[in-house]
Amino acid sequence: MSKQPNNSTAREREPLVVLSKRDTVPLGRAILVRAAAIAIAVIICGLLTLLVTKNNPVKVFAAFFYGTFGTSQLAWVTIHNVALLLCVSLAVTPAFRMRFWNIGAEGQALAGCFTCAALMFYLGGKIPDALLVPVLVISSIAAGAVWGLIPAVFKAVWNTNETLFTLMMNYIAIQMVEFFLKVADKSGSNTVGPDLLSHGWFPELFGNKYLLNIIIVFVLTALIYVYLYYTKHGYEISVVGESENTARYIGINVKNVIIRTMILSGAICGLCGLLLVAGSSHSIDSNLVKGRGFTAIMVSWISKFNPIIMVPVSLLIVFLERGAGQVTVSFGLNSSFSEILTGIILFFIIGCEFFLNYRLRFRSREGKKEGK
Amino acid sequence: MTMGFLNWLLLFIPRAIMQGTPLLFGATGEIITEKTGNLNLGIPGIMYVGAISGMTGAFFYENSVVAVNPVLGILIPLVSCLAGSLFASLIYCFLTVTLRANQNVTGLALTTFGVGLGNFLGGSLIKISGSAVPYFSVSDVSRLFRAKLPFASSLGQIGNLFFSYGFLVYLAVIIAVVASVVLKRTRVGLQLRAVGENPATADAAGINVTKYKYFATCIGGMIAGLGGLYFTVDYSGGIWSNDGFGDRGWLALAIVIFSVWRPALSIFGSYLFGGLLVLYNRINVPMQMIPVVQMLPYIVTVIVLVSISAMKKKENLPPASLGLSYFREDR
Repeated sequence: MSKQPNNSTAREREPLVVLSKRDTVPLGRAILVRAAAIAIAVIICGLLTLLVTKNNPVKVFAAFFYGTFGTSQLAWVTIHNVALLLCVSLAVTPAFRMRFWNIGAEGQALAGCFTCAALMFYLGGKIPDALLVPVLVISSIAAGAVWGLIPAVFKAVWNTNETLFTLMMNYIAIQMVEFFLKVADKSGSNTVGPDLLSHGWFPELFGNKYLLNIIIVFVLTALIYVYLYYTKHGYEISVVGESENTARYIGINVKNVIIRTMILSGAICGLCGLLLVAGSSHSIDSNLVKGRGFTAIMVSWISKFNPIIMVPVSLLIVFLERGAGQVTVSFGLNSSFSEILTGIILFFIIGCEFFLNYRLRFRSREGKKEGK
Repeated sequence: MTMGFLNWLLLFIPRAIMQGTPLLFGATGEIITEKTGNLNLGIPGIMYVGAISGMTGAFFYENSVVAVNPVLGILIPLVSCLAGSLFASLIYCFLTVTLRANQNVTGLALTTFGVGLGNFLGGSLIKISGSAVPYFSVSDVSRLFRAKLPFASSLGQIGNLFFSYGFLVYLAVIIAVVASVVLKRTRVGLQLRAVGENPATADAAGINVTKYKYFATCIGGMIAGLGGLYFTVDYSGGIWSNDGFGDRGWLALAIVIFSVWRPALSIFGSYLFGGLLVLYNRINVPMQMIPVVQMLPYIVTVIVLVSISAMKKKENLPPASLGLSYFREDR
């Protein structure tokens, strides 16, 4: 793979650093490099937080933990947020594994939210709840699937750029929700709340309103893991991702795989929308998904598209969000601070992949000496 | 009836142009970037960084002097805006070009970071200014940026239509036209497009791929940053409020597609989309139809995207290596 420079003739023009691609990375090294990157990022974030709060770093750190796990109520919200982020991350993963850049998870989830809320609004009270809930489940998931299917069909037929297409679909979905808000609530408010969406709520398990959602997502995690790693479909997705030509050569119908996988991807987003509306907030506004559709892309990618690794990664991101949220409250900062911290940590995690994928050989007087 | 419509149009077009100018900066910057194969989804973040950097410069300058010097009052915000957007673009370049990270992920992380940075600094400046309302303003600097051409008011409606804007509006058009000529007619533009179409071939032909990607992305980022600056110091009258810039960065990305990667067309596209942003103010639509009107730009973009892919005319397709990192030894 790597090209050996011709030492005798090109000694003087040999560049300072020569790159070559690595085939595989030992697990220990992979963990070490990532841990180092996160450690550096955390140190920088810590220094930055110190700089702006001018407070005892231990106190700041304590606030992070308090905001995430301080009380059982806070801890449940944290776990619930992890579950929701994980759900969207699971949704985009099958598409990413076949190199279909679905950055429309936000819109697909909103399509689920919209359908769920609209049905709760128009059918609530008119049909029994026992019937309404299954209707909500089926239609929300279907709505997400349709929202994912549209760009997939055009990708399969005309090779339409899916990144840009799915991106645009997000904003169409946002305006669709805005439209519903204006139709459902004549007062012109920005949200339609539980008073108007009073039917079709998911039941509480053991008196905990988050538990059912959390269980659903963790079961889903296992299912997706099995689907991706142990089924024929999962294998086909990987082959298409590696090389469409290879896939075609060994007789995989690439178009079918693209469409099938995007239906799955959209459907899981729709499920997330359902969990958001019927399963927890019982309200809808155009920011209900809160950017999770975009955050999930980073979660999925950082986790190397592995559903199990996504659990701790989602936890890390939610920890940062909620912890920084607490810091901003305790120390009178502005709430956008958490986005800066998240950004910095993401930059480091994204950047460190380079040291796993490439081997660097520095120019040296002796010639062959392996660098980092 | 027709006179009424004409008058309506004469009032509406300037609003559309003013709404369209931030989009035009963003779209031109992103076109230059994408032409080298870098799909920079960090543009919305970069525009935020540009906006807040310019505003920060303006804020500290305005509060440190008694009377604002017209030259410094323009230069300081302009230079700080460019420096801020350059910094943000360099993060993107370093990660995607040097470290060959995934462009989508890097871009989205940059947008998270940039919007966060903008709102954080904005919030901090609001606090420093001791303002009771959730915004701070730089009215003296803004007056400089909004200065119209002296003869504008004497020309009546023609003057209003063509000469009633701050200088950044004209700068946006000039940059778009220059970018269009450079991309289409010069050797630099040809080489830049070659990098975006097929970096391996360009590399073999002796073009420095890394250099082109860095330069195009950084220049593109700085142009986009000016869009943020225009929005705050001119359009909003020098007032910063958190999240005030909204989703305009994403709309700029839509215009790139709408104008099929042609800066000259993006002038038209930006004003059209800008017009659609404010159209509901100017026509009598029932309130619930406003979101439908605002949905139009995105639907139109999707239609354009689908049609160019269906027609498969080479000159209309996105740059072939768009979104892919280049590593020389990949075969």
